[in-house]
Amino acid sequence: MKPRQKRALYIVVALAAVGLAVMLVLNALKDNVSLYFTPTQVYNKEAPQGRSFRIGGLVEEGSMKREGDGLTVHFVITDLKKSLPVVYRGILPDLFKEGKGVVAQGKMEADGVMHAAEVLAKHDENYMPPEAADALKKAGTAASSPASAPAVK
Amino acid sequence: MAINWFKYSAPTTFYGLAGKLIPWFAISSVILCAIALYIGFAVAPMDATQGQFYRIIFIHVPTSIISMFLYLVMAGYAALGLIFNTRLSSMMASAVAPTGALFAFISLWTGALWGKPMWGAWWVWDARLTSELILLFLYLGFIALHASIDDPRRADRAAALLAIVGSVNVPIIYFSVKWWNTLHQGSTIKYSGTSMHIAMQQAMFTMLVACWLYAIAVTLMRVRSIILERERHTKWIAQLAEVK
Amino acid sequence: MSLDIWMRENPLTYVWIGSYGVAFLIFAIEIAMVMHKRKITLQQVRLMREAEESEGI
Repeated sequence: MKPRQKRALYIVVALAAVGLAVMLVLNALKDNVSLYFTPTQVYNKEAPQGRSFRIGGLVEEGSMKREGDGLTVHFVITDLKKSLPVVYRGILPDLFKEGKGVVAQGKMEADGVMHAAEVLAKHDENYMPPEAADALKKAGTAASSPASAPAVK
Repeated sequence: MAINWFKYSAPTTFYGLAGKLIPWFAISSVILCAIALYIGFAVAPMDATQGQFYRIIFIHVPTSIISMFLYLVMAGYAALGLIFNTRLSSMMASAVAPTGALFAFISLWTGALWGKPMWGAWWVWDARLTSELILLFLYLGFIALHASIDDPRRADRAAALLAIVGSVNVPIIYFSVKWWNTLHQGSTIKYSGTSMHIAMQQAMFTMLVACWLYAIAVTLMRVRSIILERERHTKWIAQLAEVK
Repeated sequence: MSLDIWMRENPLTYVWIGSYGVAFLIFAIEIAMVMHKRKITLQQVRLMREAEESEGI
């Protein structure tokens, strides 16, 4: 083998080894790399107990209720299989809407409600003018709803 | 008739060729950038959910793509330099790095400005954002490592190893939104096509080409200085018109 | 907090100055640096040449 072929081979082997190692590490840390847990994972007790974590999903339609003070909001996060009630006191992001994606960080209290300290809106990857969005809404119910789901697996 | 590619991989011929090409890349980049801005702000409609803020996409997505692509280009040149011991490849790798770092920075910066009004946060430690930040650090690491070694040939080899190993990060950035739960949305442009409005697509792709041409122009300008510096003791440099 | 309100009232200004303005400023600085580097390198090479020539005589 010529030296240059040898060097090329070393590079390929090194790259494959590093790639494999990184893949294994990331796979082992899967839950730590993910930004949030889904309600199903919380239900299966895969989420951390007794400390703060993030939960992500869709705001369930018709679940949003404001308290008299105008700041405290109750809503339910769902992944279309399981759902979880959240209470949050503060200003919601502009894109927070029923049926749209959301990520909330907080602690599960004994009452089974997540008391969120931070709520972030998750928007989808579809960009269209308002007229097209209206047309989509009128045209169908089935087509529009799963598109905005934030990676419900 | 076969073109003699090795002729152009020699610094001697490449120096002159690059000098002739730079104005063309620069001019077409400026023209395309102006067209992209016109389409992006005057033709493309508002977004249904994000209003005007989504217009950051026309700079955010092209710079992000270029920042990842330039890394692969840099790692590719570094690997060529390592395997074939060619002078020009290593010089090209060093010339690409600063531009790549700037593109990665612009991608992070515009992303933060987009995230604040839409998500409600400048920054979150999700997989997409974190891996892009690692990309910026890899660029900076490459530049710093190269600068820390005095002997240019040894600096080339050490930095090349870093560049090659770091290229593992590029697919991680790309697939991060698929593999993990992230706040960052999925890819708009997929193999299966896109749902994006046509004018939005045109603005984004025109800006992508403009950024690409800019990156080529500025890299060629930088590599000419590197060639001059490294080959300053050779005869052909002494005969250059601009040196006399 | 006031920035939050301002950006919602002036979204286009926010996008223009914050994203495009900063990006183009960075590009301009990079171009200036590359041109400066060329100027400096050419000067150095010329100086070196002159030094070598005077040594040769």
